[in-house]
Amino acid sequence: MTKSSSARFRTPMSRARGLGASHHGVGHFITERVSGLALVPLALWGVFAALRLAGLGFDGAAAWVAIPHNTVLLSLLIVVALVHLKGAVQVVIEDYIPDFTTKTVLVLANLFVCVLGGALGVVAILKVAFTGAL
Amino acid sequence: MVQLTLPKNSTVQNGKHWPAPAGAKNTRSFKVYRYDPEDGRNPRWDTYEVDVDACGPMVLDALLYIKNTIDPTLAFRRSCREGVCGSCAMNIGGRNTLACTHGHADTPGKAVQISPLPSQPVVKDLIPDLTLFYAQYASIEPWLHTVTPEPQTEWKQSPEDRSKLDGLYECILCACCSTSCPSYWWNGDKYLGPASLLHAYRWLIDSRDEATGDRLDDLEDPFKLYRCHTIMNCAQVCPKGLNPAKAIAEIKKMLVERVV
Repeated sequence: MTKSSSARFRTPMSRARGLGASHHGVGHFITERVSGLALVPLALWGVFAALRLAGLGFDGAAAWVAIPHNTVLLSLLIVVALVHLKGAVQVVIEDYIPDFTTKTVLVLANLFVCVLGGALGVVAILKVAFTGAL
Repeated sequence: MVQLTLPKNSTVQNGKHWPAPAGAKNTRSFKVYRYDPEDGRNPRWDTYEVDVDACGPMVLDALLYIKNTIDPTLAFRRSCREGVCGSCAMNIGGRNTLACTHGHADTPGKAVQISPLPSQPVVKDLIPDLTLFYAQYASIEPWLHTVTPEPQTEWKQSPEDRSKLDGLYECILCACCSTSCPSYWWNGDKYLGPASLLHAYRWLIDSRDEATGDRLDDLEDPFKLYRCHTIMNCAQVCPKGLNPAKAIAEIKKMLVERVV
């Protein structure tokens, strides 16, 4: 619990009410659950895909990625996993980092890393799918 | 990062050993947290040898025995001695509970270790400062909100709707649940905690209340409500057998229902 010197002179009710409710959170809650649900089949398929790719060799793997339903599912797996990861890591940061500046920097860094990772992953898959692996 | 270790002036040191009174045959050790903000010293563990033949079966009986016959300076809260008032909530053997309903024979180990409820400032010995906890409870406005003119008789409620309040209204605000919750430890200034949220749900599902939407508005917040990660310590320790985690899950469901 953070304590500044001014906090000692505020009434308990003022501290309990704080800045009030931000009126958001249910969107995050739904996103985490829906993405978690979507990841059950997607992740299972991902394991299957990884096993399959391991035995295909370079050209075989590139051809496999270019099959339309594989392209779509791989892209979805990356996007949904990163949406889920972004939300989950944000909650961990909010839980354990009370300092406002550090928390904000880390929440933004988490967002940027996840968006960048998603963009790189999807573009790489599309490139292999549409223009080949080389 | 959150503070995972105690600051130097809060580290608990070994204190005094108080031997059993002469003639005591059946004794048990009670290791009790002692702290006096006015003596400028660190908190300490005092060990008392209690004659269990001369006191009642509950931990509160042992504490009263210590205060009456061994060390009158020991400070703790108590009132009803039957699990109704919630005053004697403390951490016994590593678990938050009521000293008046917890038998000392039920606490395993050589000594019965007793400390104040975790994560709250300590006023003295086993007395935590629950001011913020009570303010958080008051902040959810735990009373009936209506705009309809008051009826000549009582606000009516069907037996089915009344039964929805069972498992909620019994809460005695002892703070065992909130102070056992890691989310409340880390963010107790912003997270309302299981006790306040259980009461919030008690008013949300009261069929006579007319401010359900406003109440949900005031709860929808990443910290006030959504710090609950269903750790379930609250339900584990509640001395009344209530389930605050379930009540919080129901609030989350109501918020989803509002947008879906």
